[in-house]
Amino acid sequence: MMAEALQAFLEFYGALPRPVQILGQIVLLVAPLMVCVAYLTYAERKVISYMQVRIGPNRVGPRGWLQPIADALKLMFKEIIIPSGANKFLFIISPVISIGTALAAWAVIPFADGVVISDLNAGLLYVLAVTSLGVYGVIIAGWSSNSKYALLGAMRSAAQIVAYEIAMGFALVGVLMAAGSLNLGEIVRAQAGEWGPVNWFALPLLPLFLIYFISGVAETNRAPFDVAEGESEIVAGFHVEYSGMAFAVFFLAEYANMILISALATIMFLGGWLSPLHGWAPAGWFEVPVLGLLLDDGIHWFLAKTAFFLFCYLWFRATFPRYRYDQIMRLGWKVFIPITIVWLLVVGGFILGGLPPWWAPAG
Amino acid sequence: MTAEQFFFYAFAAMTVASAAMVITVRNPVYAVLSLVLTFVASAGLWLLLEAEFLAIALVLVYVGAVMVLFLFVVMMLDINLARLKEGFIRYLPLGVAVAVAMALMMALVVGPEHFGLERVPAPERHGPEYSNTEALGRVLYTVYVYPFEIASVILTVAIVAAIALTLRRRPHTKYQNPDEQIAVRREDRVRLVSMKPERRE
Repeated sequence: MMAEALQAFLEFYGALPRPVQILGQIVLLVAPLMVCVAYLTYAERKVISYMQVRIGPNRVGPRGWLQPIADALKLMFKEIIIPSGANKFLFIISPVISIGTALAAWAVIPFADGVVISDLNAGLLYVLAVTSLGVYGVIIAGWSSNSKYALLGAMRSAAQIVAYEIAMGFALVGVLMAAGSLNLGEIVRAQAGEWGPVNWFALPLLPLFLIYFISGVAETNRAPFDVAEGESEIVAGFHVEYSGMAFAVFFLAEYANMILISALATIMFLGGWLSPLHGWAPAGWFEVPVLGLLLDDGIHWFLAKTAFFLFCYLWFRATFPRYRYDQIMRLGWKVFIPITIVWLLVVGGFILGGLPPWWAPAG
Repeated sequence: MTAEQFFFYAFAAMTVASAAMVITVRNPVYAVLSLVLTFVASAGLWLLLEAEFLAIALVLVYVGAVMVLFLFVVMMLDINLARLKEGFIRYLPLGVAVAVAMALMMALVVGPEHFGLERVPAPERHGPEYSNTEALGRVLYTVYVYPFEIASVILTVAIVAAIALTLRRRPHTKYQNPDEQIAVRREDRVRLVSMKPERRE
C-alpha cells in the first residue's frame, strides 16, 4: 500500500515541468530550515541558561517547547514602524536582501550523496559570492533607518565582514586545493577513504578549519564578534529601528546564516554525510538491518555534525566577552590572513609530496 | 522565444536600465546601488555565455567587496544637492563634447559593422561536463602565464604603494600596541600584598 502510493507520487512528480519540481524542492528545503531556525533560538536560550545555571524558557507548552511559536506569533502581529526621515523603499527592501542571500546559498548544499537542489560545478565560489552579498542588507538597513546607532552598526559590520571574508576565502582556497574541485559534493567525496575520520580535511587543514569557523562566527556577527549589534554600546546596531516582522526577518536571516556556516564547515572539513565509523568499525556493523543504515553514511551524520557547530556558536556566546573593535580588525588582517597564506603553501607542499592518507603519492 | 533568449533580453534590459540609473538618479546611494544591480545583471549575461567562473568572480569581487567600500564612503558623505547642480549649465558644453567624443570612439571600435553571425560565428554549446573554471585556469597558467604573473606583481606593487602613500606617522598621536596588551600577565599589573588585619581602636 505504502509502496504503491510512493510509486504513484514519484510518477506524478516526474511528470511535472522542471520549474515546478525545483519549486517543490525549494519548499522541501526552506520549510524545515525555518523550523530549525525557530528551534535554534529556543536551543540558544536553553543552552545559555543552563550554562548560567538557570532554567530558561519554561512557561509556554511543556518545558517551553512552544516558546518559538509564541515568539513568531507575537512578532507577526506587531506593527511595523517606519521612522520619519527613513528612506522607505530601502528600509523595506533591506530585510528582503538579508533573507534572500541567506537562503539562496542553500541551493548548492549537498545533504547526502546526490541530495542537492543544484549540483553546481563552481558551488564553493557560488556560496562565497552569495554570502558576500548579505552585507548589503546590513549596510542598507543601517543607512536607510536615518539613525545614528543604526549607521554606526552598519559601518562596523561592513568593515568586519570585508576583513573576515578575505581570511574565509583563503581558507576555502585551501579546501579547493585539497579536494581538487569546487563542487561541494566532490569535496565531500574526496574526503572518503579507508581511514574514516582521519581522511577528513580537518586534520591536514587544521589551521584553515579553525580560521574558517572563527571567520564564520565573525561574518554572521555573532558573539564574541557581535560589535555590529553590540547591545550595550549601540542599542541593537543596524536593526535598532526595525520592529515586528521586519525585525523577525533579520533574525531569521542571521540564524539561517549560522546554520549555513555550520553546514559548510561540516561539508568542507568534517566529511559532510560520511560516517565517522568507517575505517575502524568492523564491516559487519553496517550489515545489521536497521541499525546498519544508521551507522552508515547518510544525511543524519551531516545533520549531527552541523548541530555540533551550532552548539559551538551558542557555547562561544555564553563563554567569551565581546572583542574590542580594534582587536577584531587586528585578528582578521594581521593574524588570520598571514596564517592562511602560509598554510596554503604548506598544503601545496603536502599535495606535491603526496602525503598519505589524504593524497596519493605522485606517480 | 526560447528561455535563453528570454533571460538574455531580461538581463540586458536590466543592465542598460540600471546603468542609466547610475547617472540619472539624484541620490548618490541609489546611484551606487544601481551600479551594483548593473554588475549583477552583467554577471547574469556572462552566465548565459557559459562563463560561470567570471560571472561569480564579478559578483564576489565587485559586488561583494568593491561596491561595499563605495557604499561605505558614499553613506558617510553629507551631500548638498543644490551645490552639486550649481555649475551644470557652465560645464554642459564641455561635458557634451566629451560624451560625443567617447560615443564616436566606441562606435568606431565596437560599431555594428563588427558584429553579426557572418563575422563572428555563433559560439558552440558545451556539454554539462564543461567547466569554465578549469578551462580558464588552463589558459591562464600555460599560454598566458607571464602576462598573468606580471599583472599580479604590478597589482601588488600598486597595493604597497597605496598603503605607503597614506601611511604617515604623526609625532603626537598615541597608538596602542595590541601585542603588548595581549602579552600582559597578571603579575605585571596586580601585586598581592599580605597584610596583617588591623584592629579598630
